Amino acid sequence: MTYQLNINGAAHKADVEGETPLLWVLRDTLGLTGTKYGCGAGACGACTVHIDGNVVRSCVMPVSAVGKGKVRTIEALSPDRKHALQQAWIAEQVPQCGYCQSGMLMAAAALLKSTPKPTDAQIDAAMTNLCRCGTYPRVRRAIKRAAGMKAEDAA
Amino acid sequence: MNARIENASRRNFLQGAASLTLALYLPGAVASAANAATASAAAPFEPNAFLRIGADGTVTVISKHLEMGQGTYTGLATLVAEELDAAWAQVRIEGAPADAKRYNNLQWGPVQGTGGSTAMANSWDQLRQAGASARAMLVAAAAQQWQVPADSITVSEGVVTHAPSQRKATFGQLAQAAAALPVPASVQLKDPKDFKLIGKRAPRKDTAAKIRGQARFTQDVHLPGMLTAVVAHPPRFGGKVKSFDAKAALAVKGVVNVAAIPSGVAVLAKDTWSAKKGRDALQVEWDDTNAFKLGTDDIFARYHELAKSPGAVARKEGDANAAFAAPARVLRAAYDFPYLAHAAMEPMNCVVHLQKDRCDIWNGEQFQTIDQAKVAGLLGLKPEQVNLNMLYAGGSFGRRASKDADYILEAVQVAKAIDGKAPVKLVWLREDDMKAGYYRPAFHHALEAALDAQGKLIGWRHRLVGQSILANTAFAGMIKDGIDFVSVEGAANLPYAIPNMLVDLHSPQDIGVPVLWWRSVGSTHTAYSTETFIDEVAAAAGQDPVAFRLALLEHHPRHAAVLKLAAEKAGWGTPLAKGANGERRARGVAVHESFKTYVAQVAEVTVKLDGSVVVDRIVCAVDCGIAINPDNVRSQIEGGVGFALSAALQGAITLKDGVVEQSNFHDYAPLRINQMPKVDVHIMPSAEKPTGVGEPGVPPVAPAVANAIAAATGKYLRNLPFSTDALKA
Repeated sequence: MTYQLNINGAAHKADVEGETPLLWVLRDTLGLTGTKYGCGAGACGACTVHIDGNVVRSCVMPVSAVGKGKVRTIEALSPDRKHALQQAWIAEQVPQCGYCQSGMLMAAAALLKSTPKPTDAQIDAAMTNLCRCGTYPRVRRAIKRAAGMKAEDAA
Repeated sequence: MNARIENASRRNFLQGAASLTLALYLPGAVASAANAATASAAAPFEPNAFLRIGADGTVTVISKHLEMGQGTYTGLATLVAEELDAAWAQVRIEGAPADAKRYNNLQWGPVQGTGGSTAMANSWDQLRQAGASARAMLVAAAAQQWQVPADSITVSEGVVTHAPSQRKATFGQLAQAAAALPVPASVQLKDPKDFKLIGKRAPRKDTAAKIRGQARFTQDVHLPGMLTAVVAHPPRFGGKVKSFDAKAALAVKGVVNVAAIPSGVAVLAKDTWSAKKGRDALQVEWDDTNAFKLGTDDIFARYHELAKSPGAVARKEGDANAAFAAPARVLRAAYDFPYLAHAAMEPMNCVVHLQKDRCDIWNGEQFQTIDQAKVAGLLGLKPEQVNLNMLYAGGSFGRRASKDADYILEAVQVAKAIDGKAPVKLVWLREDDMKAGYYRPAFHHALEAALDAQGKLIGWRHRLVGQSILANTAFAGMIKDGIDFVSVEGAANLPYAIPNMLVDLHSPQDIGVPVLWWRSVGSTHTAYSTETFIDEVAAAAGQDPVAFRLALLEHHPRHAAVLKLAAEKAGWGTPLAKGANGERRARGVAVHESFKTYVAQVAEVTVKLDGSVVVDRIVCAVDCGIAINPDNVRSQIEGGVGFALSAALQGAITLKDGVVEQSNFHDYAPLRINQMPKVDVHIMPSAEKPTGVGEPGVPPVAPAVANAIAAATGKYLRNLPFSTDALKA
């Protein structure tokens, strides 16, 4: 059936089965390939997007459940691509292979929205995304940098 | 939107463009970058195979190596830009096409490929010369135009200047004239003291794309009319398809074809989800007649039995057996190491467009000319008819350097099965990737040390049992006298001065689990057994672990230097803050050379009452020769720590009756951020040629942590991953 979706502020139609995960609608139907497939089980976070500002693992989110929710993907993290986190990601030279970083950034953006000055424990709790390259120390530093904190703050 | 893939190998691409128009999902910025590349190609100055300068001044560096996260694109571009005196901002990077003549790995002979932490080491002279040669030609062009002596011209930040006459020109302005000049026979390279980029902070070139979701991975390729294939594989290695019923699979909306291939049954659909559903619905009966049916318990039982008899000798010093005849004291330890999956974040995948006389492949290409030859062999084509497009790889850790081109050939088989009627994207779901084998081989080690009455280490026997990676492959010729050197690296070249040594190896050939190099290869297990055992020996001799090692490293100054540096930076010998509520804390140390890079690490560890281990900090000292990009060195060592800790704390692939028991990240769990220690990296100043950093951060991690655990608890952990049960207070 046809689903009406609000993605990155624009209306899109997707003619797919309702159980199809939002991830594959984004990637295969709409060509928004910034959101990655890593596990299909909600375990790695490479597919993280926002729906109404909340973190959602799109690989386990049936498109039928999205409804009128406003979906935001990495492609629209900031209109000018200069989100404080993207700037911090450059300053700290976070990505290695880069495959998990879309999801990392989306998870971090939601964290800073709800918790502008996160403690290490809050970063640990929110940033459950997997990175096989081990960029974690830089992810942590970049989040603090974007939050205007020193790397050692809130240890 | 029509555009080319940004990080594909452009030249081959242009050759094929007439017959292959690609509609790619490309966000605006990437498309404009691709357009800029086309513009810069209008009047190119292409003095050699490694760079091109366009009329707009863009310097395009051609990378013969795969960017899989390790920073190679940035590193290679740094070498060219340094000698070219280009501005870092005008440099872009493009993947090279497969070509063993122009783009071979100089440490591997006539083979193009990336691995063994060789990318910077083998390119160090080659790419600096490429840059210097281009610079000389730009200077010559300016000298000709301005009628001034070449040695009165300077180059800085991409601007060519004749100061006395105040004339300036950009690379773009000089490109056409330079292209008409002869390539110099030899060039003078810079004195390292004049380096402006090497050893400094050159930001990575791939970051901007990777923080915007715009970097092109294989998973992101979409060709017109392309079908996505998901393959049902046999549950056991060596299994075959007996029969299958495609009816239910074909009934799934979006599924267009079901085809038998040698490695299973492929379901082809218009999109990934439909292909997956089709495979779920597919009915397959498997033939396990020739399948491998042992479990890992059976395998280790066999290895333990094999370890009782002598193996092929990998190293012999003095008379080890005599040293054990009447020593004052003998220590013995035996170790088991499990199979490990690479589990790169991007599961294996490959895009194939098969036509009558050519085959185009898009892949995170790591073994270019090996893959090219295997694909050509399968299709009956000439290698040059197989066109490989190297995309970014979402991690590899050795997996994409497939000695058998396994997943690439599977993708080609699928394309072949439908007679090339559509381009095919083979997608392995996480479960396929996890269960497909090509693991770090399981190993068993048995070590013995003999000490004399003064506590001096006089004898060392080390027996290893595990599958050879090189056996039965195109690399089998590298096995000498029964020794696959990647099985014993780190053990056979143990640096410690011990008068009597014997290292021997069993390489059982009847274990049907495919094995492969896994980030730091043999050192993943040899560093663990040797560096934990030497700690046990030091303790038995009543000596400090750092002092004990240093006394045995007299002839290995680079090992000794990193060991001293790590110890100093970690405050070795000073008290460590006590743990709360009975938690036990201690430091442990390890030092190991792999791929000619020397790394020492000191781990600070807390063992909780329930036996769980928290790694608080790892202090690393690295000697990789000249650090081309110190920030990237730090990044690779940090990443190596995370990768190694995943394995040490929780990584194991196990088999039951031949069936792999793990399937996804719930039962093969890489480290998460909450487990990641603080990592301090100290780089040893050096004037030696650069060596690699992708792998060498891995080996010392597990032994340093284990030695810290032993110091905290008195318990030496002999099996990986660590068992927390043994550490309960």
